[in-house]
Amino acid sequence: MTESTYRIQGATGEWEVVIGLEVHAQVTSNAKLFSGAATAFGAEPNTQVSLVDAAMPGMLPVPNRECIRQAVRTGMAIEAQINKWSRFDRKNYFYADLPQGYQISQLYHPIVGEGAIDIVLDEKNPETSTKRIGVERIHVEQDAGKLMHDQHPTRSYVDLNRSGVALMEIVSKPDMRSPAEAGAYLSKLRTILRYVGSCDGNMDQGSMRADVNVSVRKPGEPFGTRTETKNVNSVRFVMAVVEHEASRQVDVLEAGGKVVQETRLYDPDRGETRSMRSKEDAHDYRYFPDPDLLPLELDDAFLEECRQSLPELPDAKRRRYEQDLGLSAYNAATLTADADTARWFEALLAEGARIQKKSEGEVAKASANWLLSELYGALNRLGKSLDESPVGPEEGAELLALVADGTISGTIAKQVFEIMLETGGRAPAIVEEKGLKQTSDTGAIEAAVAKVLADNADKVAQYKGGKEALFGFFVGQTMKAMQGKANPQVVNEAVRMGLS
Amino acid sequence: MGELTDLTVAEIRDGFRAGDFSAREVAEGFNANVAAAKALNAFIVETPEKALAAADAADKARAAGEPLGALSGVPIGMKDLFCTEGTQTTAASHMLEGFVPTYESTVSGKLWSAGAGMLGKLNLDQFAMGSSNETSYFGNVISPWRRNDGGNAALAPGGSSGGSSSAISARLCPAATGTDTGGSIRQPAAFTGISGIKPTYGRCSRWGIVAFASSLDQAGPMARTVRDNAILLEVMSGFDPRDSTSLDLPVPQWEANLSSDLKGKTVGIPKEYRPDGLNAEISAMWDRGIEWLKDAGAQVVEVSLPHTKYALPTYYIIAPAEASSNLARYDGVRYGQRDLPDGAGLQDMYAATRAAGFGPEVKRRIMIGTYVLSAGFYDAYYTQAQKVRALIARDFELAFEKCDLLLTPTAPSAAFALGEKQADPLAMYLNDVFTVPASLAGLPAMAVPGGLDSAGLPIGLQVIGKALDEQTVLNASLAIEERAGFTARPDKWW
Repeated sequence: MTESTYRIQGATGEWEVVIGLEVHAQVTSNAKLFSGAATAFGAEPNTQVSLVDAAMPGMLPVPNRECIRQAVRTGMAIEAQINKWSRFDRKNYFYADLPQGYQISQLYHPIVGEGAIDIVLDEKNPETSTKRIGVERIHVEQDAGKLMHDQHPTRSYVDLNRSGVALMEIVSKPDMRSPAEAGAYLSKLRTILRYVGSCDGNMDQGSMRADVNVSVRKPGEPFGTRTETKNVNSVRFVMAVVEHEASRQVDVLEAGGKVVQETRLYDPDRGETRSMRSKEDAHDYRYFPDPDLLPLELDDAFLEECRQSLPELPDAKRRRYEQDLGLSAYNAATLTADADTARWFEALLAEGARIQKKSEGEVAKASANWLLSELYGALNRLGKSLDESPVGPEEGAELLALVADGTISGTIAKQVFEIMLETGGRAPAIVEEKGLKQTSDTGAIEAAVAKVLADNADKVAQYKGGKEALFGFFVGQTMKAMQGKANPQVVNEAVRMGLS
Repeated sequence: MGELTDLTVAEIRDGFRAGDFSAREVAEGFNANVAAAKALNAFIVETPEKALAAADAADKARAAGEPLGALSGVPIGMKDLFCTEGTQTTAASHMLEGFVPTYESTVSGKLWSAGAGMLGKLNLDQFAMGSSNETSYFGNVISPWRRNDGGNAALAPGGSSGGSSSAISARLCPAATGTDTGGSIRQPAAFTGISGIKPTYGRCSRWGIVAFASSLDQAGPMARTVRDNAILLEVMSGFDPRDSTSLDLPVPQWEANLSSDLKGKTVGIPKEYRPDGLNAEISAMWDRGIEWLKDAGAQVVEVSLPHTKYALPTYYIIAPAEASSNLARYDGVRYGQRDLPDGAGLQDMYAATRAAGFGPEVKRRIMIGTYVLSAGFYDAYYTQAQKVRALIARDFELAFEKCDLLLTPTAPSAAFALGEKQADPLAMYLNDVFTVPASLAGLPAMAVPGGLDSAGLPIGLQVIGKALDEQTVLNASLAIEERAGFTARPDKWW
């Protein structure tokens, strides 16, 4: 456990920042929370709207089991208390994007109670830089539709595609103390959601967004008055909101003012927050239990099924990569930070072990290094993500196997990989076709060494005079003469013999 | 055989099957009666063509020897709270005037599937809020009954299912659907000398019924006989996965198990239902009812439902609270009424639309409901009301340890004249005093006529049963029906 030392230096001394996040995560499900309508992103306006979503007269909500299941699995993934009895409440307010005139949510009895998420502040030293952030609760609720103000000069249009889509509201405790912690929490939460498969975590598509609660206080004092900045849609913006909002509050307080409890909006273009509405004109939501829905009761079999369906979670995976596979802390953290990367890596590992007839541990390091440097480098260059990679885990494993069994050198492997990226060909065929097999033909290598030594008699003299660093030069020249195809070990040996 | 329109549902069904008459003849007879009864204002929309189409389909099926539905050949009225595909559905409000659903409510759909035909959409109190039909945007329904005092005062048909009660007692339809939130089937049935049953909450799907108070709303049939009610209720009931509060239970064969033999049954008489000042004729009718049930073989015991006096205030917190939220969807954005004054913004549109779209009683209940749910009052009103509701339900549970059913009056008086109670909402709310407790407890309850009072108006009795025990409710009602021999009908003046 670590204590944050993040402080804002004010005129009156140091200030501590207190942060809590309410994250809205769209539940991955083909259907909405209380209707059978589809939930695909980017569909034509009002094409994914059922009679229930449009709140036609007499329409009734029926809970979608899959959405409930995903919320329970998410709760289990953060080791939270799962409430076997929960209930839906109506949050009443009028807005054109809210067809029922109320949002069905869970105020009084949420489905998931207290849990926790461990964040790592220094990925090179995960065990010593871990901080536990409490999660107060997770409840499920309906999303609203969307107003479009740019379609007509004097009218607003309503798109109800999102109306009724299931959201999880994941409410943290006010346990974060710096922008970095807030960012790490949100990233980690997203990682967990993606592992569990309960939310795709695509913040740019709005499937995940955060309300950022910020207050400041002098260290050791009680909590200050907080503001809530709504709908912040990236990790970077969350950190920016914390930074801006905390220093704004410090300025207000140090100027003798008071922080107003209010809802604020973040303006990414200006990098600042501004007031949206204060508590005075806050809605009275008139929450009450939704009489159209019975309390949600979960039985043991359902909970067990949810538990069984959970994958290995990121923290456990990271530890396993370090301890069982022998990866560095940093590599383990990087490979497990994202469910897709971990899946890709594990496919690479499995395939590598199979082809080389070795254990996964024996092929892990080379696989991790290749993925994180070679493959990531290439994808960066190509502007592609891992799931768009032209080279799959199977092809990658073939390439690595050729290096491991000495068929090609690491240098040649880079060339082969380039050809694979360009042509989509597979490593064994490319090596065969282009004659890139590494040679261990000692005769040819010794001849090449002899020529290199003869051509560089001055350097040989220097070497013999004690400049041993020149050894690498002779090896390099020999490799060059052999067009990189010589077995480096044989070359080393031949150079040593030639110089002795 | 007299007029086809004097037949009961069972008689129409059986006579049609036997070939005594065609379904078309029946439909034409009722269509003619409907067309001739504009003075009653029982229908908001008449659909004679739908009644004929169903009748022709029934006749064709019968001629072809195809299997017939439980209601083949029977035309009925549909309370205009049930959404009907392609036919305007208004809940008797200006708000939904012109609204034509693209979908059919579960209950109405079941009735059509069983072969019933629709004579039209029946008038009601606006959004089912009222006890006299005076809150309908389309004008109040008039009861076909008149006092025998020579005056021609127009009487209330009861509410909210007043179109249904008026139409059935005037022989405009042999049966109709009703909905009951606090007595909206039973009180109008009592006012017009017909019977009607509110089944156990959850028996009938609420899907496609314009919602008033979700935890109380329940559909049920209204007809002239207990048997007819059993026939319709069997068709209307059943699990609906589209309604989370629907009961996933098989539908009993209520008609086949009808029996007026009450040997072995114990009838509870709740003493709190006989307050000081109870109308003497209502009280006398109740005593007669007790004798009838004894005559049918039942034991009679006095029971206590100590929280009865809190039922009305509890109901008038819970029902408006739910209504205030349920009616929020009528905002002018997507369907129905929209009032958009020049230069209006969203809030102005809401205000103008809802001011014009809702009548005074609906507004009153929305305001009461909004108030009792608001911050600072929620615990004092809504939470408290929910606790009392649980106590009222508990009262019934304890009473049912000593008896199998309860007998009470249905309404505290016979039908009152239109306008008589309109000025005083509280006096109007008191009409529900005997019906509301069973609604709060979700229990099956039936109104059955017992006779006429000294003014020549029908008064009736209410039978309340244990949850899911509609059979006992129907059987006891049948025992009363047989002994009451209620054959009175209003003289035709319309």
